[in-house]
Amino acid sequence: MQPYQNPNLDIAGRDACPVESMGHAVRFSDENQKRFAELLTRYPTKQAAVLPTLWMAQEEFGWCSTEVIEYVAELLDLPPSHVYGVVSFYTMYYRRPMGKYHIQLCTNISCMLMGGETILECLREKLGIGLGETTPDGLISLDEVECLAACDIAPMCQMNDEYHGPFTPESVGQFVDQLRARGK
Amino acid sequence: MEVKLLTQRYDNPESWTLAAYEKAGGYQVFKKAFAMDPEQIINVVKESGLRGRGGAGFPTGMKWGFVPKETDKPKYLCVNADESEPGTFKDRDLLTKDPHALIEGIIITGWAVGISHAYIYIRGEFGVPYYRIRDAVKEAYEKGYLGRDINGKGYSLDVTVHRGAGAYICGEETGLIESLEGKKGQPRLKPPFPAVVGVFGCPTVVNNVETIQAVPWILEHGAEAYRKYGTEKSPGTKLFSVSGHVNRPGNYEIELGLPCKTLVHDLCGGIRDGKRQKANIVGGSSVPVLTGEEADAVHLDYESCVEAGTMLGSGGMIVMDEDTCMVWALAVILKFYAHESCGQCSPCREGTAWIRNLVFRLESGHGTSADLDKLLSICDNMMGTTICVLSDAAAMPTESFIRKFRTEFEAHVGAGRCPIRGKSSHFLESVH
Repeated sequence: MQPYQNPNLDIAGRDACPVESMGHAVRFSDENQKRFAELLTRYPTKQAAVLPTLWMAQEEFGWCSTEVIEYVAELLDLPPSHVYGVVSFYTMYYRRPMGKYHIQLCTNISCMLMGGETILECLREKLGIGLGETTPDGLISLDEVECLAACDIAPMCQMNDEYHGPFTPESVGQFVDQLRARGK
Repeated sequence: MEVKLLTQRYDNPESWTLAAYEKAGGYQVFKKAFAMDPEQIINVVKESGLRGRGGAGFPTGMKWGFVPKETDKPKYLCVNADESEPGTFKDRDLLTKDPHALIEGIIITGWAVGISHAYIYIRGEFGVPYYRIRDAVKEAYEKGYLGRDINGKGYSLDVTVHRGAGAYICGEETGLIESLEGKKGQPRLKPPFPAVVGVFGCPTVVNNVETIQAVPWILEHGAEAYRKYGTEKSPGTKLFSVSGHVNRPGNYEIELGLPCKTLVHDLCGGIRDGKRQKANIVGGSSVPVLTGEEADAVHLDYESCVEAGTMLGSGGMIVMDEDTCMVWALAVILKFYAHESCGQCSPCREGTAWIRNLVFRLESGHGTSADLDKLLSICDNMMGTTICVLSDAAAMPTESFIRKFRTEFEAHVGAGRCPIRGKSSHFLESVH
């Protein structure tokens, strides 16, 4: 039997707990302050706005650092520990800076049946990084993800908010080349 | 074969626009509904026999009927667009191709139940479906289909699109409610049921996208017309998302009760490369697996699936051909449940991780025959012992995989490696 697996480690073996610091305070742009005020009118409680506010914050600041968590907590009159709990529960709030292009390869059953394992190997080799890592130039991050509700184009991945698939070992290589060509 | 009620507008390349929807007769049914007594509408939906399309199959009209009539609290509708059952991708298409039909369904449901605010909880990963429904809601507001005093009937309804952020458990209705309140999506104990105490402590209806989208058709054509399709106990049509080793994967709207054989071998063009169907998970990864022979014999309605020892679930059908290693397939499925357990109930938090570890070990060829009995014993302890059914959803496939493909599991123990794929999965090793 393999040793007991610490539940604080997620499936990729990353430590699920720490949140990194950006090293500076954050504040919404004027436009996002307006959007935030409008957002509050959609819910009977301030707490209900946690998820959408975090989305806005991640859009503007790139990821959910300790400063972002504290800022969102202050905006919504919540303890930072509550917002931290939310950030750590959901997989789409990033607790570290991400590459400009975030490739999330589906490794659930339908994609795996259609050759997802091979595609993952191709991506690892082509990018020279493993799961949970970002290329040294900061361009591409690679993660695995659970079913994205696109099994008709398996094996597939999500790149930022776009879906791409079905991949072959050749086409996934070309896909990475295209991202590199789009560049910074 | 295919019956296109909900997907009737799919062929129009502009189907998602307000203009196309209105041209096809859209936003007319709610006016008819407004002329009816709310109670009458609930009765039509009850008579139609419409059942929840998210997986549980609970009668929709009955669910609406549980909402208290006399209450001074606001009532809420949560549309469950958190489609994440592995193998299911029907709501993605409905949201992308026909978002206005969902909005019209929400208006009718809202009028019938007395909803003041509807939240569309859409999974965070969805990009295009999110933009489509967000923009459609905006258009509907501009046209006066939503907002204050709709159509001069004195009825006001707000709709807000709320994005999730990546958590399978938020597809469970009370997990969704917790998440909508701005918390971790950990399911609640029931009772009280959401119809009485739901989001923000108020009466709440939670319905799947496909369920709500069926409402305008039913109101337009009547309960009897809907019952012409499907079986006595499972009336109407249902969308099936077929994936895996078939020639034509995709979404198919079929009459309930259609032989599974027709869907797989005719509509989907059969198994790729002319191979044999070894296994079929008919209703999303959480339901017990069927062998190819069992799948060819089953009919796709709620009752027939139960009789065959499985469930219709969400209609996410995963087809596996003769070359598939069933131990490996189960390992991939269990990786998912171990990752998605919310962690609040011990049998699930511990159980999903332990059965995953045991099946990973069997897949690698290092398992023992005692592991199989241990797996079954853990599964036994995982079923019916937790707040929600995620634990059961991991245990049911495990139990059925072992029962139906036991010789394959034993062959892994005997050979000390995977006898089908030749070697154990490098990927599974890497996520140990």
